[in-house]
Amino acid sequence: MIQLEGVSLTRSTFSLRGITLSLKKGEHFFIIGPSGSGKTLLLETIAGIHPDAGGRILMMGKDITDLPPEERGLSLMYQDYSLFPHLTVSENIGFGLTIRGIPHREISKVVESLVARYGIASLRDRYPASLSGGEKQRVALARALATSPALLMLDEPFAAIDPMLKSQFMHELRMIREQGNLTILQVSHSREETYALADRVAVMIDGTVRQVGTCDEVFSRPASLDVAIFTGFENILEGTVISDDTGGHILVAGRIRIAVPHDILPGTRLVACIRAADVRIHPEGHLCTPGIHPAEGIVTGIREDERGTSVTVDCGVAIISWFSHREQEKYQWRTGQKARVVLPSPLVHLVLEGHLEGLPISHSRFP
Amino acid sequence: MPVSSRFQHDPLVLVFAIAGGSLVALILLAVLTIAVPELANPFHLASVAGEPGVVDSLLLTFLAGFVAVLILALLGTPLAYLLARNDFTGKAVIEGLIDIPLILPHTVAGLMVYFLFMSRGVIGAPFSEMGVFFEEAFPGIVAAMVFVAIPYYVDGVREGFGTVPVRLEHVARTLGATWWQAFTRIVLPLTSRHLVSCALVAWGRAIGEFAAVVMIAYFPMVISALIYQRFATGGIAESRSVAFIMLVLCLALFIGIRVLTKHLGRYDDTA
Repeated sequence: MIQLEGVSLTRSTFSLRGITLSLKKGEHFFIIGPSGSGKTLLLETIAGIHPDAGGRILMMGKDITDLPPEERGLSLMYQDYSLFPHLTVSENIGFGLTIRGIPHREISKVVESLVARYGIASLRDRYPASLSGGEKQRVALARALATSPALLMLDEPFAAIDPMLKSQFMHELRMIREQGNLTILQVSHSREETYALADRVAVMIDGTVRQVGTCDEVFSRPASLDVAIFTGFENILEGTVISDDTGGHILVAGRIRIAVPHDILPGTRLVACIRAADVRIHPEGHLCTPGIHPAEGIVTGIREDERGTSVTVDCGVAIISWFSHREQEKYQWRTGQKARVVLPSPLVHLVLEGHLEGLPISHSRFP
Repeated sequence: MPVSSRFQHDPLVLVFAIAGGSLVALILLAVLTIAVPELANPFHLASVAGEPGVVDSLLLTFLAGFVAVLILALLGTPLAYLLARNDFTGKAVIEGLIDIPLILPHTVAGLMVYFLFMSRGVIGAPFSEMGVFFEEAFPGIVAAMVFVAIPYYVDGVREGFGTVPVRLEHVARTLGATWWQAFTRIVLPLTSRHLVSCALVAWGRAIGEFAAVVMIAYFPMVISALIYQRFATGGIAESRSVAFIMLVLCLALFIGIRVLTKHLGRYDDTA
């Protein structure tokens, strides 16, 4: 539906570099990444706001790189909704149609159907300054959809609304996709939103796309260290591969030993990633299943929040494990206590260190 | 909270009120020193107000000021927009150039205008070949007024454009508006208050100019030149009547426009 081929743009000290992406028709595609990674700038570049951008943008096979924004047939909704303050709700929604010279009667029909659909009919004569955040969002969405764009681009649409409205809006986006087969490109930094809505995800860091894949691929099998850091792996262990007594290859980080595939040669620097919820810790003397070799350590920190308890164990490297409140009540972990740490091999994801930029997922290793 | 109540709770407000009030008192006193003796002799005031020379001079001044503001709006508005929306090499130099009329003695500004617009000047020469002359003529008055009012208009309007988020233009473009449509339908309406306010200030600056105007066009006499001429030849009483008439007209005009544009550019139906 839309292809980006080596899109680049430089703005003072920041650059978008060689962005290549392909969105399928009807897909809900997410671009996630930390603040300042260039996500909004990329949306603006696709919209044609920055005509000095390099590379090519194709929409349904047609090269739109040199087209001005008004001829691209897409809509952009910013995080702050950017409603026109001097126009009423109806005028805002009908702006795109008015500018196209559509007859007033037809504009009214479209506006009426949209205000009814989004429950904002009573607001049609109000100015944006008097609307709540949720109302502004619905008006902005209605305005973006009024022109029937081929691509709807949403820049952090959930950033300024409460959880209740967020859930309603997520439902609305699903409905829009199902009813209109609309392609949506959404910028976010929330894992929850991404899991809930995304068909595919691109991770953008420092002006480049580091990984593209499904939610599961990106959040469980990051292609590089910085993607692992961004996607919230609490345990990221750097170490070197050695040969053990049996001829097997293991990654050593502190007292942690992780078996790695045999084709990863001794001396290779690797990064092992595992989520805190997947780490198992047991009290001293706990008997593990034969073949499992736990690392001995000492509990150095316990932190509780509303979701649960994280326990940090020093095994030469710090390992964080996560427990629910009920589990913590049962185990009663305390600082200074001896512990045995187990990292279940299938849940450990390995990344070749040094290949930090755009390492294809197929090059990652899955023990 | 009523002001009197704020004084009790915060003595600093009283200090601010006294400091600020002294400036207001200064202007009020200046107005009264002209107004009281003139209002005490209304027949003399009425006869001066009816003199053809005074009426002509007032009309000339207001008309030249209006034309100057029109030129500033046509040329200064695009300049202000470019400066507000773009960063480019040499921008600081251009901004500095725009402010030159603000920092120079008015006589220096007058000399510059004269050298540029005299019949042998860089701008004056081609115009004189077309039969348009600036020396001792209406175009010369307008040229001087435009020159001295440039920074008042451009700086103010640029600030106004800066208050309109550029994202509004971006959204308008993606909704189908051309660059010009986004400018005229989004940016200009949202800056209307700034535009009117800056035009008013520039107009006030233009009609009040004396030195720069008389250096290129002492005749026909603008009101500031007429007041000076009457002061030099007829004394205080002669010049004071003309000054009072000018004061009343300007005050009425400024207050009138402020009242008429009170709601311009305000779009909040909760207010």
